[in-house]
Amino acid sequence: MSAVMITRKVTRKWEKLPGKNTFCCDGRVMMGRQKGVFYLTLFLIVGTCSLFFAFECPYLAVHLSPAIPVFAVLLFVFVMAMLLRTSFSDPGVLPRALPEEANFIEMEIEAANGNVMAGQRPPPRIKNVQINNQIVKLKYCYTCKIFRPPRASHCSICDNCVDRFDHHCPWVGNCVGKRNYRYFYLFTLSLSLLTIYIFAFNIVHVVLRSVDSGFVNTIKETPGTVLEVLVCFFTLWSVVGLTGFHTYLISLNQTTNEDIKGSWSGKNRVQNPYSHKNIIKNCCEVLCGPTYPSVLDRRGVMLEDLSSPTPSDASAASTHKSSNPVSQTTKSSAPLIPNEHTPDEAKPGIGAGTQKSTSSPKEEKPPSPTSPNAVAPAVIKESSH
Amino acid sequence: MSSAPRTATERTKLPYCHESFHNLQELRHSASLANKVFIQRDYTDGTVCKFQTKFPSELESRIERTLFEDTVKMLNNYYAEAEKIGGQSYLEGCLACLTIYLIFLCIETRYEKVLKKISRYIQEQNEKVYAPRGLLITDPIERGMRVIEISVYEDRGSSGSSSGSSTTSSGR
Repeated sequence: MSAVMITRKVTRKWEKLPGKNTFCCDGRVMMGRQKGVFYLTLFLIVGTCSLFFAFECPYLAVHLSPAIPVFAVLLFVFVMAMLLRTSFSDPGVLPRALPEEANFIEMEIEAANGNVMAGQRPPPRIKNVQINNQIVKLKYCYTCKIFRPPRASHCSICDNCVDRFDHHCPWVGNCVGKRNYRYFYLFTLSLSLLTIYIFAFNIVHVVLRSVDSGFVNTIKETPGTVLEVLVCFFTLWSVVGLTGFHTYLISLNQTTNEDIKGSWSGKNRVQNPYSHKNIIKNCCEVLCGPTYPSVLDRRGVMLEDLSSPTPSDASAASTHKSSNPVSQTTKSSAPLIPNEHTPDEAKPGIGAGTQKSTSSPKEEKPPSPTSPNAVAPAVIKESSH
Repeated sequence: MSSAPRTATERTKLPYCHESFHNLQELRHSASLANKVFIQRDYTDGTVCKFQTKFPSELESRIERTLFEDTVKMLNNYYAEAEKIGGQSYLEGCLACLTIYLIFLCIETRYEKVLKKISRYIQEQNEKVYAPRGLLITDPIERGMRVIEISVYEDRGSSGSSSGSSTTSSGR
């Protein structure tokens, strides 16, 4: 069986992915939609550190120890690596259901609901599962057409369901979820250390220099110091507070989303079923757990030429089959046929049912405006072949 | 029957086996997709990746219950091995953190290694067990690790085949 050569430009799957993510480097880099605040974060970190290396480090290296700038460089590199890793990686996006799977779930729901009288509102789509003797409700996502796994939530900024959704952070320009939470935590932790470090050594530098040449002259010689102290002072409160908050969440194995919603606040005797009831175990699971792979195939090649039957194994065959529906269901814009599950009737159900968590943690600066979730209005009622 | 047949020849004598599907190539060329069955995730143990072993009614006439359950249990074992939190995962995490995660450019994570094992296992199962019965398993990673998709094929040549009904499943 000879293979038909595809001479056209290769289309990779990231180009056809629904959702509002930005992709760079041919699908290797994945970010959220609004990147302005991320650039600000980069500018603040790089700018402040440059000033530190330019003004303070020469003096401190000579008068105190050369280890000071060396350690500062190491910290800076670590902070930048963690920031870029958090911003550029897939947070744990759950791909949307292909039409056959969506139909299968629809049929299951209809079978479970029984007959709904015309004009009556259908019941909200919720599945109950028991996890560690706790009933957890799984909600149906009308955009992604799946029942969300426990701890997953839909981010309306990125328009994706994210596994173990924590929050959407505008400062890193991406969602924080299962796959990049530990990098986000290490970023805030190392940034706290860096901020404290620079702040402390600025003070030390000003004091030492003022002893020699007086305070006013010191400021004249190193004007960058004032700027650094200002930035560090304001950053300190927010970042250190944020690190403390996330340390608290990790020790309880909770997400920001759950904390804000009060899912495990103890009302009605609900307890967190995911917690190991042991701080060390919780920390180890979150920070030292396995590195989960991305289930979003960004760099896979989409087979445009449908007449070339080259695959020789099952996985390639299923890729071939799945490339058709993927190219057809971009941005859930398939023809919509209204039926009893239209959004107007389902909206109160949606309000109670789906989670559109878009808030940043409390210590963050004002959260970026969030657009309402583009709920896929109706269910495609086509017969499965 | 008392025990599942062990050799391929014994399996072909089963009432479930369609003579026309002996391998994956034949399946693709002489069969048409009739239906797809989706095995959902089992969340009773938390967020670990585990699939329900409940035998779907659509497959009752196509494959023996034990073979199906063995496949799903084996897959569950593989996923449990990948997600195990113990000495090796701590070591991997700490080492990676010290190298600011650059080490993953050189070595594969344990999860990726297990995923490769899973993919080989599924291919082997498809060739030996499922294709002879006109079924095909899709690797769950291609469906976001949400479902195991089993495609049910009908022989284009056979007439009045009773398989491939699109009735609703009997629920959970």
